[in-house]
Amino acid sequence: MTGGARLEVVGLGAAHGRTPVLHDVRLTVEPGGWLAVIGPNGSGKSTLLRSVLGAHPHDGQVRLDGTPLDAAGVRARARQVAYAPQQPVLPEGLTTRDYVALGRTPHRALLAAPRALDHRVVAEVMGRLELDGLAGRLLTTLSGGEQQRAVLARALAQQPRVLLLDEPTAALDLGHAQQVLDLVDTLRRQDGITVLSTLHDLTLAGQYADRLALLSAGRVVAEGLPADVVTAAALEAHYGARARVVAGPDGPAVLPLRGPG
Amino acid sequence: MTATSSGTRDGQAAGAASARRPGALLVVCAGAAALLLAALAGIWVGALPLPPVAVVATLLDRALSPLGVDVPGGLTGTEAAVLLQLRLPRVVLAALVGAALAVAGGSYQGVFRNPLADPYLLGAAAGAGLGATLVIAYAPGVTVAGIGVIPLAAFAGALTGVGAALLLGTAAGGSNNATLLLAGVAVAAFLAAAQTLVQQQNAEDLQQVYGWLLGQLGGAQWSDILLVLPYLGLASAVLLLCARPLDVLAVGDDEARSLGVHPTRVRLLVIVAASLATASAVAVSGLVGFVGLVVPHMARRLVGGSHVRLLPACLLGGGAFLVLADLVARVVLSPAELPLGVVTAFIGAPFFAGLLWARGRRR
Repeated sequence: MTGGARLEVVGLGAAHGRTPVLHDVRLTVEPGGWLAVIGPNGSGKSTLLRSVLGAHPHDGQVRLDGTPLDAAGVRARARQVAYAPQQPVLPEGLTTRDYVALGRTPHRALLAAPRALDHRVVAEVMGRLELDGLAGRLLTTLSGGEQQRAVLARALAQQPRVLLLDEPTAALDLGHAQQVLDLVDTLRRQDGITVLSTLHDLTLAGQYADRLALLSAGRVVAEGLPADVVTAAALEAHYGARARVVAGPDGPAVLPLRGPG
Repeated sequence: MTATSSGTRDGQAAGAASARRPGALLVVCAGAAALLLAALAGIWVGALPLPPVAVVATLLDRALSPLGVDVPGGLTGTEAAVLLQLRLPRVVLAALVGAALAVAGGSYQGVFRNPLADPYLLGAAAGAGLGATLVIAYAPGVTVAGIGVIPLAAFAGALTGVGAALLLGTAAGGSNNATLLLAGVAVAAFLAAAQTLVQQQNAEDLQQVYGWLLGQLGGAQWSDILLVLPYLGLASAVLLLCARPLDVLAVGDDEARSLGVHPTRVRLLVIVAASLATASAVAVSGLVGFVGLVVPHMARRLVGGSHVRLLPACLLGGGAFLVLADLVARVVLSPAELPLGVVTAFIGAPFFAGLLWARGRRR
């Protein structure tokens, strides 16, 4: 693996049709760092990730180690940046191994058979994500947690320097969510992959990411260490939520409070 | 992330089943064998039976005679004439049309991620129908360079229909599937209405129009084959080259892009190539329904979902399927012929219904 890169988002703006959804977003993620974007529904988190991916038209720049990514072709970009969407489409009739092997696409010529390197990377990634026993199973027959690991494996088979994760735990119960987040954390520590993710669970976000950015109505309203971003005042102002924030052992924990009456 | 499956898979025996898939080479060999057997059957059966051994001997004799090699045991003179001027061109054309429709259908299903897509989805059928009806009604018997105008009008009509759907779909802001499909529906409805109007105004040509709309391969000639072969060859080559990108596209547009595949470009290229194949097939055979829908599904059951195996299987299996369907069309009411589209629909419609039923049951 090639190790992580410094990801910079500079003055990024984006719109859905004529409705602006992101305004002058500036973010930096250091190599091997994990920045989680939090924010209420509709604040533009997914659009931000899709813009960094290059799948949504946008102003401003996305840079990797200082080089603008937008100038690179789709293929060149795919060798640097991998992406796991909130709702992955899992094709029918595809085995887990074939799905993970799709991750080698940006490294393979159109007509060439897979090389030994491709087979080795796929096998290694599947081993690390404990998918060996599921290699021949059809993707659509796996459980939610297993499918999530397969999606991650497919992204890792790209040998990316940056991993974009859109709500990686949305469909998972707490135990499986922790498994996936632990896994991402291990991968970025071992390989130095830079991670930019959205996470709606504020407590989990604060426990796993080293930095948080709070997005509200398309603007970054707070960015920094989890304890500085997740505060009762910020939750009330931007989420309209009543909550107490307590200092937990691994970061701020959010306790929702019932309303009067 | 919520994992949405694009549907439940087929052959649900599979709670745990691991899926063993044949390699691409095996698929090609098995498909070629099926096509060859279908072709021999198609040549054999008819008012004048042509036994396969003698047919092969005759063909070998023809092929090797420039080298001074004589192969004994061939057909008689009359039989050989039937073989070379009637049976063989018809079987070859059936194979080409079936291959084109099936590979176009398989590609459409992949590119729209919709198992119910078929080659006529984007207005190709309605456009070809309008073109052919116009010629039958207003310019019967006209030829250009010795070629009847009906195939040319059908070809142009099919491409016009798909082109209009693509223009409308992109203008409506749709690089996405739903917009394009809706544009196709609108264009097809408009062209079909125009075709009905022309047909209504010229009731005396009704029978010929219906004959064309239901598809037929009677009177197939070598010139028909030469007319469509270049387009079919080009379109099939492009589609086979797009097999891997189509596999990547199956995981969704954003993920395809994240894997280095340009979703809109691949989609456009595949639609154009598949439409070219469809237009060529329609030009020489009329509207043969269900081949482009049924054969890809049968093929998917046999070789799995990867387009690297699926598209070659469609090419060869579609050819074999239509050769056999044409055989049935010729034989059942001999000496009269059933419209080819009727035969494929008799086989295709129950299969299609079964498919819907099986999918619905799993929901």
